[in-house]
Amino acid sequence: MSGLPITEADLHACVDAALPDARRAEVETYLATRPEEGERVRAYLAQKQALRALYNPVLDEPVPDRLAALAAAPPAVRGGALARWSLQRIAAGVLVALLGGLVGWVAHDRYPSGETLARTSPVSLPHQAAVAHAVFSPDVRRPVEVGAQQEDQLVAWLSKRLGTPVRAPKLGALGFELVGGRLLPGNSGPVAQFMYQDASGQRLTLYVSTENTGNRDTAFRFAQEGAVNVFYWIDGRFGYALSAGIDKGRLATVATAVYDQIDRKQDPNPNRKD
Amino acid sequence: MDSAAILAEIPRLRRYARAMLGDRAAADDLVQDTLERAWSRLHQWRAGSDMRAWLFGIMHNLRVDQLRRPRLATQSLDADDWTVPARPTQNDALELRDLESALGQLPDEQREVLVLLALEELSYADIAAALGIPVGTVMSRLSRGRERLRLIMDGQLPATRLRVVR
Repeated sequence: MSGLPITEADLHACVDAALPDARRAEVETYLATRPEEGERVRAYLAQKQALRALYNPVLDEPVPDRLAALAAAPPAVRGGALARWSLQRIAAGVLVALLGGLVGWVAHDRYPSGETLARTSPVSLPHQAAVAHAVFSPDVRRPVEVGAQQEDQLVAWLSKRLGTPVRAPKLGALGFELVGGRLLPGNSGPVAQFMYQDASGQRLTLYVSTENTGNRDTAFRFAQEGAVNVFYWIDGRFGYALSAGIDKGRLATVATAVYDQIDRKQDPNPNRKD
Repeated sequence: MDSAAILAEIPRLRRYARAMLGDRAAADDLVQDTLERAWSRLHQWRAGSDMRAWLFGIMHNLRVDQLRRPRLATQSLDADDWTVPARPTQNDALELRDLESALGQLPDEQREVLVLLALEELSYADIAAALGIPVGTVMSRLSRGRERLRLIMDGQLPATRLRVVR
C-alpha cells in the first residue's frame, strides 16, 4: 500500500485501466467504502462502453467514394503516374487545377498563404467574374436570363435587385451588342452579369457587384487565367469586371469605353472637367 | 505515405468525426478536408511516425479553425419551449440516441477528450500530444466532461434540447 490519497485522476485512470495493479487495488478498496464514488466510476465505465456501442458501427459502414478517392495521392503529389488515371479523374483534376490556379493567382500577392485563405475568404471580384464568364458564356441556348429585346425590363429588374441603378453600357461602336443579362449570387447579395457578343460570336461579360465595403478604389487591374482575360476596377461600393477570351489590348479598349460610360452616368455634374 | 495505409484509417476518422459532429454529412466533409490537407502537408509528415496520430492532429486543427470562424448564425431552440418529454420506457436504441444528444451538449473540448479516450483508446499522454495540451488539462477536461455527461443522462441537468444541426 502506498498510502497516498486517492485523487480524482486515480478514479479516471481506474476507469481507463491506466493504473498499475497495486494502485488499482487501493482504489478499489477506497471505492468499496464509498458507494457514491463507486456509483460514479461505474457510470463512467458505462459511458465509455455506450460510446463504443454508439459509434463503432461507423467502422463497418462502406467508405463513400469521394473519401476513398482521397486515399490516393492527388495529381500534384503523384507526379508522373498519369497512365493509371481514368479520363474522368483527369478532367476533374484539370478543373481543380484551373480553379485553384485562378484563386491562387488572384490571391498570391494579397495573402501570404493564398491557397488556404482564398478558400475561406470571400471570393475576389475578378475570380468570381471569370468563373461566371466561364460558366455562362459558352451556353448556346440560354446564356442569359433576360434578353436584350427586353433591355428596359432587364435594367429595371437588375437595378431593383441590386438596390441601385445599373445600366448596360452601349458597346455597339466596338462591335459588341448586348445579348442580355442575369442575376447571380455574390459574396453577400446579388450581383449582375451583362453579356455581349460580337459578329464572330465572341462573347464578353460585364460583372457588376455592389458589395465592395473595403472603400478602396482601384485603377484598372488585369487578371488572366487560361483563355479568359479580366479587366476589373473598384469604384466606391461598385466593383466592375469585364471578362472575355479576347486579347488584352482589345479588352482594354472595351474596358475604357465601359468605364467612361459608367463614369459619365454617375457623375452628378456632367459639365465638370477633371 | 501509401494509399492502402490511408484507406485503412478512413473508417476511424469517420467514426471520430461522427462522434464530434453528430451529423453524418458534416462529419464526412470534415474527413474529406482532413485528407485533402494531409496531402497538401505531406512534407510535414515524417516517414515512420504514427500516421493515425498525425491525421487526428490535422482533423483536430481543422475543427479548431472551424469553431473560430464565424458561421452562419444558428439559434438553439430554447429549452423552455421545446422540452422533450421524458420517456417512461427505456430501450437500448433510444438510450443510445440520448447519449448522442447528451454528448452533443458537452463543450467541444470535453467531448473531444471523451471520444478520443473511448473510441481511439489513446493514453492520456497521447491525447495530450495530439491536442497540444498538458496532461493535467486532459485530466480536468475528462473529469468535467464525464461528470457533466453523467448528470445530463441522469436528468439532473436541463433536459435534452433540440439543437440546430451544426
